[in-house]
Amino acid sequence: MRTTKSQRGTAAAASVLLMGLVLSGCTSPEGSEVDGGGEEALDAALAEGGTLEYWSWLPSGEAQAEAFMAEHENVTINVRNTGGVSEHNMALQNAITAGTGVPDVIQVEYQSIAQYQLPGSLLDLTAYGLDGLEDTFTASTWQAVTPNDGVWALPQDSAPMSMFYNASVFDANGLEVPTTWEEFIAAGEALEASNPDLCIINDIGDAGFTTSMIWQAGGRPFKVEGDTVHIDLQDEGARLWADTWNELVEKGLNCEFPPGTNEWFQALNAGTIATLPAGPWMAAALPRLVPDGAGMWRVAPMPSYDGTPANAENGGSAQAVTSASSSPALAAAFLRWLSTDPASFAAYPGMFPSTVAELSNEEFLAQEVEYFGGQKINEVFADGVDAVGAGWQYLPWQVYANGIVSETVGQSYLNRTDINDGLAEWQERNVRYAQEQGFTVEE
Amino acid sequence: MSNVATARPSARRVKTRWAGLWFTIPFLAVFTFVLILPLLYALYLSLFQNRLVGGNTFVGLDNFARVFTDPLFWEGLGRVSVFFVIQVPIMLLLSLVAALVLDSVRLRGTSFFRIAIFLPFAVPSVVAALLWGFMYGEQFGLVGNINDAFGTEIAVMTQDWFLAAIGNIATWGALGYNMLILYSSLKSIPPELYEAAALDGASSWRVAWNIKLPYLRGAAVIALIFSVIGSFHLFNEPNLLKTLVPNLVSTYYTPNMYAYNLSFVGQQTNYAATITIVMGIVTAIIAYVVQLRGNKEALQ
Amino acid sequence: MSIATRKRTRTLAPGYEHIRPDRPAPRSIGLTIVMVFFALYALLPLFWLFINSTKTYDSLLNSFGLWFSGEFALFDNLAEVVTRDDGIFVQWFANSILYVVLGAGGATIIATLAGYGMAKFTFPGKKAIFAVVLGAIAIPGTALAVPTFLLFSSLSLTDTMLSVIIPSLASPFGFYLMWIFARESVPTEILEAARVDGASELRTFTTISLRLMAPGIVTVLLFQIVGVWNNYFLPLIMLRSEEIFPLPLGLQLWYLEAAGPQALPIYHIIITASVLSILPIIIAFLALQRFWQNGLSVGGVKA
Repeated sequence: MRTTKSQRGTAAAASVLLMGLVLSGCTSPEGSEVDGGGEEALDAALAEGGTLEYWSWLPSGEAQAEAFMAEHENVTINVRNTGGVSEHNMALQNAITAGTGVPDVIQVEYQSIAQYQLPGSLLDLTAYGLDGLEDTFTASTWQAVTPNDGVWALPQDSAPMSMFYNASVFDANGLEVPTTWEEFIAAGEALEASNPDLCIINDIGDAGFTTSMIWQAGGRPFKVEGDTVHIDLQDEGARLWADTWNELVEKGLNCEFPPGTNEWFQALNAGTIATLPAGPWMAAALPRLVPDGAGMWRVAPMPSYDGTPANAENGGSAQAVTSASSSPALAAAFLRWLSTDPASFAAYPGMFPSTVAELSNEEFLAQEVEYFGGQKINEVFADGVDAVGAGWQYLPWQVYANGIVSETVGQSYLNRTDINDGLAEWQERNVRYAQEQGFTVEE
Repeated sequence: MSNVATARPSARRVKTRWAGLWFTIPFLAVFTFVLILPLLYALYLSLFQNRLVGGNTFVGLDNFARVFTDPLFWEGLGRVSVFFVIQVPIMLLLSLVAALVLDSVRLRGTSFFRIAIFLPFAVPSVVAALLWGFMYGEQFGLVGNINDAFGTEIAVMTQDWFLAAIGNIATWGALGYNMLILYSSLKSIPPELYEAAALDGASSWRVAWNIKLPYLRGAAVIALIFSVIGSFHLFNEPNLLKTLVPNLVSTYYTPNMYAYNLSFVGQQTNYAATITIVMGIVTAIIAYVVQLRGNKEALQ
Repeated sequence: MSIATRKRTRTLAPGYEHIRPDRPAPRSIGLTIVMVFFALYALLPLFWLFINSTKTYDSLLNSFGLWFSGEFALFDNLAEVVTRDDGIFVQWFANSILYVVLGAGGATIIATLAGYGMAKFTFPGKKAIFAVVLGAIAIPGTALAVPTFLLFSSLSLTDTMLSVIIPSLASPFGFYLMWIFARESVPTEILEAARVDGASELRTFTTISLRLMAPGIVTVLLFQIVGVWNNYFLPLIMLRSEEIFPLPLGLQLWYLEAAGPQALPIYHIIITASVLSILPIIIAFLALQRFWQNGLSVGGVKA
C-alpha cells in the first residue's frame, strides 16, 4: 500500500538519523535491519532519554507511566487522561487535523486502529523490528494490530468474551447455566415466567456487543483491502446471530437499561440482570459497580450455537506511536515496555493479558478471585482465547460505524422488530459513508 | 440615520463623527477575528471534500446539493421546526403571564419571585441535563416517585414524549430570561399612559390589555427572535441526554447534532460546515421574517 | 400624589396608583398563587440538587428524591469534592473566575464602547456593521467551532486560556444590548453641551456617559458573566489540559468517570460539585439585583 511504504520510509529515515547520531562509533550487531535500526535503536533511545506525551483514557495510564519512569530516570512521560473513549478519539482527531499537539504515544482501541492507520497517522513499528513480537501475543490481538501489512500498534489487553452470570439468580430459579444459545433463551423464558422484572440479559443494541456477537456466530461482515471495502451485514454469521437473537428481543426477554446509567447499576446490584456477556475487563469493573453482588457472580464460557466452542473479542485496546511523534524511537521503546513488561502489567491491575506467556502462566491461571466466590476466572478467560474465531476485520471508520448502531440496529430493539432489518439499514449507512469517503464498495 | 453632513441645509444637520468608529473598533476587531474569519473558513471548507481515500478535492456546490437530498438533514430540520412551533409559543405565553403578574401592583413578594424564576437561567446545561435526566428517571427520579405514590405509569423518556421532555428543559431554562425581557419593557411604560387610563376609569384588566400588551410588542419580537435561534440551534439537551436513552436520540436528531457528529465522529468536516451554513441561512431568514411581521403589526 | 406613590411603591410602575389614589391596591391572592406555581417550577430541580448534595452515594439511589435521607453527608461530600484528584476542583473554580473576570469583563468593556459608538455617533458604514453583527447571532456555534479551532491551532493558541477568553470577548448580543442602553440613557444634548465646552470624546465618555449607562453596563456584565461561567462547547473543543478547564468541563469529566463499565461511584460528588458551581452565579445575581433592576427601568423613565 502506498501509505504503508511512505510510513516505512519516514520511520526508516528517522531511525537511521537517530542511529547515526547516537551510535556513532558502535558497530551494528549482525542481522539488524539497515532500515530502522531494529530494537537496538530502541535501547539507544532509552539510554539517551527524553520526553514523551502519552494519551490514555484509563487511570492506569498514569500508573504505568510512573512505573516506567521509575525504571528509566532520564525519560519523562506526560500523561493526559482524556476521560473516556469518545472524548479521547475526538481530541486525538482534532489534534491530527490541526497538525499540532499530537502526542507521541496513544492508547487506541483495536477497533479504531484501522481508522488512524489509513490516513497515515500511525507509525509502522516494523522499522524497529517489533514485528518480531508476533509470537508474543495471541493470534487475534496480533491480527487486530496488523491491518494493511504493517505493525501499527502493540496489544495491551485482550478481551475474549465470557458469560458473567449471577449464580444466585439461577439457583433461586432452579436453572442450569446455559451452554448453548437455545438453552440461554429457554432460561430467559423461565426467568420471565417466574418474575417479569428479571431478565436473562441486558441489551439495547450496543455496537461492541453486536459486532462481537456477529463475530462469534462466524460472520465476517467487514473485509478491507486497501481502498476496497466489502460490507455484508447479512452474511451467514450475521443472519445466524440475528435470527437467534430475534427470539430474545421479540419476547422481551432482555432488560433495557442503557449501560452506564444509574438504572443499570441498580439492576445489577438488585440481581435483576442474570448474565453479562463481556470481555475480562468486566471482572475488574464488577466489584466496583456491583458491591452488593460479592460472591454471587461467576464466569462461564460463552454459550455456543451448536455445541462447538466459538468466541469473539469484545473490546480491548493497544498502544501505538503516532507518525507525528518527534521521538519515535523512544516512543516505540515505551510501547514495547507497555505491552511486554511485567511491571507494566502490575501497574494496570485487572488487565487481561494478550501475551501468550502471561496467558499460560500457572500462577495467573490458578488465581482464585474472592468476588467470584474463589473461582479461577483467569482459567475460563484463557480457555476463551482459543475459541476466538480468526479472520475478523474492522472497518476503517469503525468509530463512526459504531456511533450509528443505536439509530439503525438499536431501532429493531426499540420497536421489537427483525434485527436483520436493523442490520440492513446499518449496512446501507455504512455503504453510503464508504462511497462518500472514496472507497470502492462491494456488498 | 447615518448621513454624512451635506451642503443642503436641513432642520437637523447630522455631523459625521469618526470618534464613533474608534469606539467601535475594538469590538469589530475581535468580532472579525472570532466570528468572521472562521465563518469565511467554514464557507471555504464547504466547497471542498476531504476523503479518507483521495484526500482533499474541490467540489464546488456538491455539498450543498447533497444537503438538499439528505433525508437525515430534513428529518432533523423537521424536528426542530416542530419544536419551534410548539415549545416557543408555550414558553413565551408562560413568560408573558409571568411578566404581567410580576408587574402587577397587587402582587406581594415581587423581588423574591423575580429572582426565583430567573435562577434556572444561571444553571449550565451540563447541570440542567443532569438534574432533569435524573428527575425524569422511572426508577430513582421524581417520575418514579410519582408513579410509586399514585400508581401511575408515567414514562417521560420514551419515543412519544422525548421531544416534549427536551422542550420542558428548554422552557425551564429560558422562562425567566424571556420573562425578564418582557418585564423590563413593561417597566418602561411611561406613567402618563397610566394616568390617562386612570382618568378614564379603566380597570386593571383593561389597562393590561390596552396598554401593556401593545407596549410589549417590541420586546416580544426580540424574545421571539432569540427563541427562533435557540430552537433551530437545539443541541445541548438532546446531546447530553443521549447517554440516558441512546436509542431515542440519533446522531442527526437536530441539524446541529448532525453537523457536530459529522465533524467530530465521522470526519466529514466539509459536509458539516455546509450543513451549519445552510442552518445559519435558514435561521436568519426565519428570524428576519419574524422581525418584519412583528414590526409591521407594531406600525398598524 | 406622586410623593405617596414613591414611598409605597419602590418597584412598581409609577403612576399605577392613580387608578385608586386614595387607598393601596389590595393584594391579590390569586396572582400570588400563580406566581407560586411559577416559582415552584423554577426552583424544584434546584431544590432537588441542594437536597441531594447532602446524601451519600448509596442513599442517593435509594432514598426519596425530594427529601433528606437519614444521613447528612454534606460536609463529607464537600471534603471529597475539594480534595479529589489533588484538589483539581479548586483549580477549575479559580479558572472559571479568571475566565469570567477577563472574558466577561473584557466583553462588557468592548460592547459598551461599541454600543456607545454606534448609538451616539454618526459615521458611514453603520448600517452595514449593524446588519453584519446582528446577522452573526443567527449563526450556530457548531458552525464556527471547527474553523475557530483550526484558526487557533494554526496560531498555536489551542489548549491555552486565551483560546477560551478571546472568543468570549465578542458578544453580538452584548453589543446589541449596550446599543439600546446607550441610545436610551445618554441624551445627545448632554454630549453636545460637553463638546461645546471643549471636552474630548473620550473624556465625555468616561466622565459623563459611563455614569449614565452604569445600570445598563451592569446588566450586560451580568449576562456576560452567566454566559462565560457556563461556557461549555467551545472550551470542550479548545482545551485538552485539565489544569485550565473551567467548571462545566471539569464537571463533565467527572460525569464521564461516573458512567460506563470503568465507572466510579462518584455520583454524589458530581451533585455536590454542581451545587458549588452554580452558587457563585446565584450570589452574583442576588448581590447585583439592585443594579439590574435599575438598569431595566432606566430605559423607561425617559419619555
